[in-house]
Amino acid sequence: MNHPLPDKSGKALSAGARQERRLGLLLCAPAVLVMAAVTAYPVGYAVYLSLQRYDLRFPDRAEFVGLGNYGAVLSSPFWWDAFWVTLFITVVSVAVELVLGMALALVMHRTLFWRGTVRTAVLVPYGIVTVVAAFSWQYAWTPDLGYLAELLPSGEAPLTEQWPALWLIILAEVWKTTPFMALLLLAGLALVPEETLKAAMVDGASAWQRFTRVVLPLMKPAILVALLFRTLDAFRIFDNIYVLTSGAHGTGSLSILGYNNLFTALNLGIGSAISVLIFLCVGIIAFTFVKLFGAAAPGAEVKP
Amino acid sequence: MLVALTLMASTLAACGGEQEGSGRTTLNWYNFPDDSGALQKAADRCGRASGGRYRISYSKLPRGADGQRQQLVRRLAAQDESIDIMGLDVTWTAEFAEARWIREWTGEAKRRATAGTLRVPLRTATWKNRLYAVPYNTNTQLLWYRKDLVPTPPRTWSEMLDMSRELARQGKPHYVEIQGAQYEGLTVWFNTLVNSAGGAILDPSATAPSLGPPAVRAAALMRDLAGSPAADPSLPNQMEDQNRLAMESGVAAFELNYPFVYPSMKANNPRLFEDFRWAPYPRVDPGRPARPTIGGIDLAVSAHSRHPDLAFEAALCLRNRENQLTAALDGGLPPTLRALYDEPAFEKQYPFSKEVLAALESASVRPATPAYQNVSIVIAHTLSPPSAIKPESSVAAIRNQIDDALRSEGVIP
Repeated sequence: MNHPLPDKSGKALSAGARQERRLGLLLCAPAVLVMAAVTAYPVGYAVYLSLQRYDLRFPDRAEFVGLGNYGAVLSSPFWWDAFWVTLFITVVSVAVELVLGMALALVMHRTLFWRGTVRTAVLVPYGIVTVVAAFSWQYAWTPDLGYLAELLPSGEAPLTEQWPALWLIILAEVWKTTPFMALLLLAGLALVPEETLKAAMVDGASAWQRFTRVVLPLMKPAILVALLFRTLDAFRIFDNIYVLTSGAHGTGSLSILGYNNLFTALNLGIGSAISVLIFLCVGIIAFTFVKLFGAAAPGAEVKP
Repeated sequence: MLVALTLMASTLAACGGEQEGSGRTTLNWYNFPDDSGALQKAADRCGRASGGRYRISYSKLPRGADGQRQQLVRRLAAQDESIDIMGLDVTWTAEFAEARWIREWTGEAKRRATAGTLRVPLRTATWKNRLYAVPYNTNTQLLWYRKDLVPTPPRTWSEMLDMSRELARQGKPHYVEIQGAQYEGLTVWFNTLVNSAGGAILDPSATAPSLGPPAVRAAALMRDLAGSPAADPSLPNQMEDQNRLAMESGVAAFELNYPFVYPSMKANNPRLFEDFRWAPYPRVDPGRPARPTIGGIDLAVSAHSRHPDLAFEAALCLRNRENQLTAALDGGLPPTLRALYDEPAFEKQYPFSKEVLAALESASVRPATPAYQNVSIVIAHTLSPPSAIKPESSVAAIRNQIDDALRSEGVIP
């Protein structure tokens, strides 16, 4: 191994550079090992379980079934119902959050007075524990108990019908996580140089043109990060649904389906297959986002 | 994930272990949370009666049955040694026994557990002809009605629906209050009707669905009620407690519910209480008695307990005559010892004790299978809302999904 190792650009590395690289790997190793232990092992174990018929209630009947569990899950209408519900909640809530979050970010960015107070006020919902907030929503919409249910005609129980319940779940999600979106977008707004905006103004660009032609393109990396984080989060939605409807009346998400099959049915094989499928979906979403936004991904080189 | 959770649960549980060295064993009893004090009283009494050999520490499980089951299952799957005695819902015996989480009752303990115990509750504690628990209390539904509206109670479902239609025509309260929400109560309603029509949900070996024409008949009855004036508008959301409240508010003429509604009506609406009466659960066929589904709690000994012999003894003590009488009088829970139904104190508190006893003797049990959770969920899911039931195809859907569940291939919604 006397030949110097080429790097990506084909240039040979000097001995010093190689040693530095080795040191880098050694320094990373402990962290990689810890990560493997706490994340790769459970994921690997879930994959292993998903290939078994493994039902806690029938310990004697455990056996290797290959992809049988995946077949059972993917051919089940319950998987697809939950899939479409999850997709619907994800798309609608993220879209609403993006628009609202951008508006809030602009307000926070431009506020001259009480900047700290405004930012704190906006962030309050994000600071409340989701389950606690979800319970307060649940009570608010329960007939005879809640202040919001009183606004509806008597006898209406919106959380017990599919569409009203889905919209209320989305409302709870949006209320809760728009501040997070706004925070990420605010960071992106700070990246837009004032001079560029002033130059555009001098050139006669209207406020809308400055926003769409200057601010948005420059914020692309921040928007990508915000959208990616929120989409992945929204796709794994569990707590709001668990508290508001427990997934009844056609409001169950994929995470609820996985939970019910693992913890209620104690069917570790089927439940793990569902978890692995959710994992794959999340992977596909992340991959699509990075592909879609391409060079705008953080860390990517900007090609001229 | 599951491994991590179970490990955590057992570590936490281990912190509350027994006091070593004091010479007296502490037995941990996990049971439903009881507000009447009857369970704590029983635990104290038995500790005193043991002559210093053990004391019983009563730990309250979560309020909901699902929460109770999940806590127990997590600990048992992690082989937690800190549970000795458990109060199991009658539907969990098969599951816990098949998973080898609870011990079989044999010999002298079995003899004492079965002596004088009502036959049907005993069936809920049995799996594959072996005894795995001792019935602590039982429960069953009766038909409750208003004597001012209905002078003679209906004997069959069709009579009840006719009476309701007639009351509706006269503009009087006419609803039949029953559990129509999408949960286990709906499964119980269906199970009662299927059994009353002479059928069963599972075949006797519990390895395949039975269903058949009685199940189609049961599903049709549920749909008929939902489509008739007898149906409360919020039927698809109603559980036992909403039924009780609707009856107490005066909009209903009939209520199919457990005996807890009686003291509640007495306290909440003394005027209506004057006309509040009970009758046997209505029949499906005039010539065949109804077979209401029973509920209740069975006491089991954990397979991981370090003191199984003491635990069997303590479980028997917890459900002895005196403690069952306390549970019945303070907590309102119908006893499982046959002799208590002749006890004057109980008869006085429970004026309907004869009807409860008669119902218990002809009662049916929920489908006994380790996969009961799946069976119950697919039934409740398919039959909800009751107004959308299509008897033939709904029953066919239930049959297919139960089939899957019994082979561990079923995905539950």
